[in-house]
This record gives sequence, C-alpha cells and structure tokens, in this order.
Amino acid sequence: MSEEIKVIVFKLGSEEYGIEVDKVQTIERMLPITRVPKTYAFVKGVINLRGVVIPVIDLRGRFGLEESEYSDQTRIIIVAVNDMEVGFIVDSANDVIDLQKDRIETPPEVVGGIKAKYLDGVAKIGDDRLLIMLNLSEVLNKNEIIQLESLEE
Amino acid sequence: MDMNQYLSMFIDESNDHLQSLNENMLLLEENPNDLSIVQVIFRSAHTLKGMAATMGFEDLAALTHQMENVLDLVRNEKLAMQDFIFDTLFKGLDALEAMVQDITEGGEGKADVTALLAALQAIVRGEDLSAKPSGNDASAGAASDTDANDSAGIQLDEFQYSVLSQSIADGHRVLYLDVHIHETCQLKAVRAYMVFDLLEKSGEVVKSEPSAQDIEQDNFDYSFSLYYITLKDPAELESQIMNVSEIEKVTVKELDEDTLKQMSQLGAASRESAATAEAPVTEGAVQHAADKEQTQKKAPAKTAAKTGGNTPNRTIRVDIERLDVLINLFSELLIDRVRLEQLASEVQNHALTETVEHMSRVSSDLQDIVMKLRMVPVDTVFSRFPRMVRDLAKSLDKKVDLVITGAETELDRTVIDEIGDPLVHLLRNAVDHGIEPIADRIAAGKPETGTVQLRAFHSGNHVFIEIEEDGRGIYRDKILKTALKKGVVTEEEAAGMSDEEVHQLLFAPGFSTAEKVSDVSGRGVGLDVVKAKITSLGGQVTIYSTPGKGTNFSVQLPLTLSIIAAMLVKMGSEKYAIPLSSIVETGIVRQEQIRKVHGNKMIEFRGMLIPLISLSRIFNIKDFDENEEAETEIIVIHKGERLAALAIDEFIGQNEIVLKGLGKYLPPIKGISGATILGDGQVALILDPNVFIK
Repeated sequence: MSEEIKVIVFKLGSEEYGIEVDKVQTIERMLPITRVPKTYAFVKGVINLRGVVIPVIDLRGRFGLEESEYSDQTRIIIVAVNDMEVGFIVDSANDVIDLQKDRIETPPEVVGGIKAKYLDGVAKIGDDRLLIMLNLSEVLNKNEIIQLESLEE
Repeated sequence: MDMNQYLSMFIDESNDHLQSLNENMLLLEENPNDLSIVQVIFRSAHTLKGMAATMGFEDLAALTHQMENVLDLVRNEKLAMQDFIFDTLFKGLDALEAMVQDITEGGEGKADVTALLAALQAIVRGEDLSAKPSGNDASAGAASDTDANDSAGIQLDEFQYSVLSQSIADGHRVLYLDVHIHETCQLKAVRAYMVFDLLEKSGEVVKSEPSAQDIEQDNFDYSFSLYYITLKDPAELESQIMNVSEIEKVTVKELDEDTLKQMSQLGAASRESAATAEAPVTEGAVQHAADKEQTQKKAPAKTAAKTGGNTPNRTIRVDIERLDVLINLFSELLIDRVRLEQLASEVQNHALTETVEHMSRVSSDLQDIVMKLRMVPVDTVFSRFPRMVRDLAKSLDKKVDLVITGAETELDRTVIDEIGDPLVHLLRNAVDHGIEPIADRIAAGKPETGTVQLRAFHSGNHVFIEIEEDGRGIYRDKILKTALKKGVVTEEEAAGMSDEEVHQLLFAPGFSTAEKVSDVSGRGVGLDVVKAKITSLGGQVTIYSTPGKGTNFSVQLPLTLSIIAAMLVKMGSEKYAIPLSSIVETGIVRQEQIRKVHGNKMIEFRGMLIPLISLSRIFNIKDFDENEEAETEIIVIHKGERLAALAIDEFIGQNEIVLKGLGKYLPPIKGISGATILGDGQVALILDPNVFIK
C-alpha cells in the first residue's frame, strides 16, 4: 500500500488539476483585485487576504491558454511554496480526494496544452477521470518567466 | 499560595523598575544634588524590595533593602552622593538585573551578594571606600562650603593622604591653597583653569574641591581649594596666581605632617556636620541644580514627569503574533463595515443607518489604534545605552557624553527587536575605536570629553539611526593596509577605490581595524555581522568619516509595516498612495499651460520649468488620460532639489497608511514601493516618486 495524499481538485476548462492539500492555504471566491502595472500579463494584480497583500495570477494565462471570463464558479486558490504566497485564479474548485501516490504516472509531453515541465504527473481516478498534478515550484519559477518575457520583446 | 500566576507580572514590573532605576541613577549622576531624583529612585527600589519579598526572592530583597538604606541616607541629606557610591549602587543594579534574568529563565534568583551587601553597609556606616583600587579619586559633588571655614581643609582618602605625607617626608612642599575668584568674573571656569594650568607647570594638584571636572563644567561658586605638591616658594606662587586677572584672593598655607593630619580630619568632621545641619550646602545644591537645569533642559522635565505620575510608562506585553491576528481580523471587519454601509444606504432604515454610522466612527478610531499597536518608539532600545556607554567609557578610561535625539521616532516592533544588537556594536565601536583616550584628545586640541550622538529620525520612506562621534576618524590608508594584508582587496583594486568603497571594507568579514583586541569590542564578531543583520532587515549602513574629526555610521531602515502619511489619489478607477514626504504641493494646470520641450511635457512652477509626468501612460491606466482633461490635478514631487509634477485624476485625501510588501513572487516594479490596504479593504499601490525624477 503506497502513501496516500490529499489533493485539491480544480478545473481549467474541461481538464481537472490537482495540488497537494498541504501546499494550499485557502480557497477563496473572487475578491477585488488591484491591478499592478508593469508586470507579467498573467499577473492579474494583488488582493487583500485578511490583511496580507498577495499577488494573484491567472493560471490559464500562466500556461499560455486562452483566458476566460470570471464567473460565480471562479476561485482563487492561495498556495504557499518556497516562502512565496500566490493566488491562482481557476475556473472552479470543488473537490478534495485521497490519492495513492503510486497512481501518479509520468505525464506525456503535452497535456491539455500545458508543457510537461509544469506537471508532476497524471493520475487516473475512477473510470475515466484524469487528474493532472501540478509541479508548483515550476509553475512559480520566475527564472523561466524572465526568459520567456525577454524572448517576446 | 501559588505564586506562579504572579511570576510574569513580577518579572515585567521588576524589569520596568530596574530600567527606571538605571535611568534615574544616570540622571542623578549628572545632577548629584537633585534630591527629587533620589526620591524617585528610592520609591522604585522600595517597590522592588516589597515585590521581591512577597515573591520570596530573599537575595533580591536583601540587596534591594541595603541599596534602599543607602538611598534613604542620601534622601535625608545625611550622605552626599559620590563616585564610589554610584559605582556600588550600579553594581547592585547589575546584580539585581542578573537575578531577575535568572528568575525569568526559570531560576530562583539566587546570587552571592555578600560582597555587595558589605560594601553597601559600609557606605551606610559612613565609611569612605573611594580609596579602593578603582583608581577614581575625583569625588563628585560633595559640596562642602569652603567659604565658611578656610582652614577646614578637604576630606582626603587614605591614598591621597599617604601621597601628601610621603611628599612632606621627601622634603617637598605640600601646600593648601584657597582661591577666590572675583564675583563679577564672567568666565570663572576659564580663570580656574588658568590657575590649574599655572600650578601644574611647577607641581602636582593632588585633590581639589570641587573636583577638577566640576570646575571645568562651571559647577562651582567663586572659590575652590586644593592640595598641591611643589618645590616652589609659597609667596612666589601666591603672587603668580594673583597675576591671573580677576582673582580676588589667594591663601597659600604650607602644611607639615601634623597640620595635614589635622586638616584632613577636620575635613572629614566638617563633612559630617555639613551633612547634618549646614544650610549653605543645600543652598549650593540648589545653585548647582539651577546651573544644570540650563544645560540639561530635558532631564529635569523628565524627572518632574516621573515624580508627578509615579508610574513609569504602564505597558503590557503582547505576543506579536496575536497582534498580527488582531490586525488582520480588523481589516476583515473593515470590509464588512463597507458592506454594511452599502446595505444600510439601500435599505433606508433610519435606525439601521444610525447604528452603522456609529459603528463606522468607532471602527475608524479602532483602526487608528490597531495600526499604531505595532509601532514602538526607538526609546525602548535607546534607553539602555546611556548606562552602557557610561560603563564602557569608565572601563576604557575615557570621557564620553552620549547625546540622544529623536528617541520618540517610531519603528515597527519586529525591527526594534532586531536592531538592538547592531546598535550596541556600533556604539561600542564608536566609544572604543572612535573616541580617543583623553591624552590623545588633548594633544589633538579637542575637549577631553568625547561626544557620541545617537540620532533617530524619519526621512522619506525610511527611518535613519545615526551614531556619530567626534573621535579620530577613519584613515583610508590604514584600512587599505589592513585590507591588503588580509587579502580582502588586491593592490590594483585598492588604487581605484573611492573613500566610500574603502569605508565599506570595514564591513568585510574578518576585518577589524583594532590594532589590539580589547575586551570590549574584540569579541570575535566584527562589523560584518552588523551589516548582515541590518541588510537582513532590508536596511543599509553608510559610513561618513573625516580623518581626525570623527565618524558617522548611518543606518537606514525601511519602514516595513510602519505607518506613513500619504496622499491618496485616484486615476480612473485605480487608487494610489503617494508618500507625503515626497510631495511639495498640489495644484491644477490647464491644458494650455502645458508646454512641450523636446517632445517632453513641461509646466511652469514658481518660475521654473519642471517636467509633467504622465502616470497614466507609464502605468498604462486605461480609464484615465490627462490629455483629455481641460484641467488636470497635479502633485509636485521632489527628489532632493529637483522637482517634477505628476498628473493625476482626483485627490482622495491625506491618510495614514500601513506599508506592506507586494509579496515575494512579484519582481521589483519601478515606481512602486509597496502596497497598502485602504479602509474599505481594497489594496492601493504606493508610488515611489523618486524613480520618476532622474
């Protein structure tokens, strides 16, 4: 029996993604966002989360997917990795599941338009549900972003 | 009875009392005749004794009791404060502090204080311990009235007595001089100095009354007396002294063994009687206090406040994390407040509207207080330095004045907690390496007493703490030599370095300019540790130094989480905060007043052309463009001398804001120094106007 982890499940478009629960601080409904000028396009700005100013990024934008309108279902998932607190704007988040670690498989090169380096793996749950596990340190890796930016210029 | 529940209260209050004791003892040392300070000290000691006894800390109580006995005599004018009494009392305070520290750490506050107790008891019995090997013979302030009895002599300690009698035995002349300066004399200290100067050319002054230091500081009436060893003829000496202008009268008396003995005993006797009855003593004391009052305006005010209230800053200690939770919860409350206000305006219920309005008022008052909770005046750190500098100067045999300004400047609690150690280090450095020994200072033509300035002040988005002394300064060559020897820099690098860069070498790891390691600063930690600490707080240290003139260590600290005054402005739907410290003034310009110079927009401001900066363009603000406005509000900002105007949409108003960082994820953004949370819970970015002026 392999180790079991709890995973927060959220959606971007039709895909389901997972983040280990111990990296997630809270899940919030949409909050007023203050735009921060002169930063990456996917950084939507900063929010006030109970007195702490936290930057929020649109996860679709971060992965180079087309951004969508925010709705009642839109959530901000606050994650904390390497001393950084960041909010992810996702289409919806409404599930917590237990997952056996050995169910996670190495991801194929591209999943749902997202490069493999952002992913820890893919887990099959139930009959036909695929859960894409995010590699948070890569998602929040700033070095790579800077390269990307400079290429665009 | 279980005392544990009272323990933390006891510790807190004891620490407060110890702090107050230390402060007031220092104050008293400067004004030895101010009995009102003694009263404050006595009361503090008395309370401490009572608490310690109740809690069952016997040693603590016993020591405090003995100290109290000494103070009681002083308070009732039966004992004049002297240097050795101060030293003993300070040692007592140190022991008390150590005991309370022990209790804080879970110990029982036990300590071997028998030696101290004995010393204190000896003082109470009237024994003079100043001949102890402390080497300090300048007795401060025992103002005996020499006018009343010319031949009364001055009280001598054993050491001085034996020096004098030995000199007589060796065939030297021992003279007792009594000098009166004309009462119309404007600069009596200068005349006194001239007399001393003259005397020291042909002999040695063993003891003077008042002490040389007091005379130098003008703390004497128009006469002084002294014991003098010389080979000169008394009559010749007399005429020489009379040659100094504005000297009214000199009596020179040659002493033999018998008269010396008699006089020193007489001196002791007169001291006793002076302590009990003589009115002139108190008169003199009042005079001294008045003299001091002019030079030390702040001190008496402080004592007055303390005696009046009798409560040294009542505070409670709060876990800083709880405070954070409180502050965060409060911002949530504010968000709900705004929501409630909206609902109330929709519902239009009179009672509801009234209640919400009241709640708004209460909560904005609350907001003020909550925001200020984390701010602590730097005084909480500074207050322990006078004592430290005093002890340090004594142990190094230097004379140092510590002048503190801006102690009321407030800093965030977390910064306060961390800044103490670096400051201790810099102060030690200033006293140990900066200020020269007395002889060197005199040789360099400086006053004997070195001055260390400890300053705190706000400037822009920063708090500055500066430690400046008038010591020997930093010599570029000396640093470079050491740096080369230690391999910190290469020859080529050294040649091209600016003074500023050379000074920064002091902060290099393992670097120390001290030629010999003293027990004071040679503790194996150098300035590199200081720099590391300050950098970790987000601050920086700069050194300004003029060789031979002194050195200034300037510590710049960010106002993280501290509160600044800012102007809130609107640009379209976005709100920004501009620190008031950068703002010169606000105004309005009409479109036709805007000129173009080389394609740059300029406006005329007080006869000068200054650039008009378009924030909406720089920040890419979508719903505001000043070009579409007939009249644009502007804020004139400055960076040093240079000015510029920012075009904005609308003023919201002036407000106190709490600075917050943007988090670690975002890279530094030019023109934005942080964020703040407004009363309605929204985040507003804080502009860094310095960036806009090149």
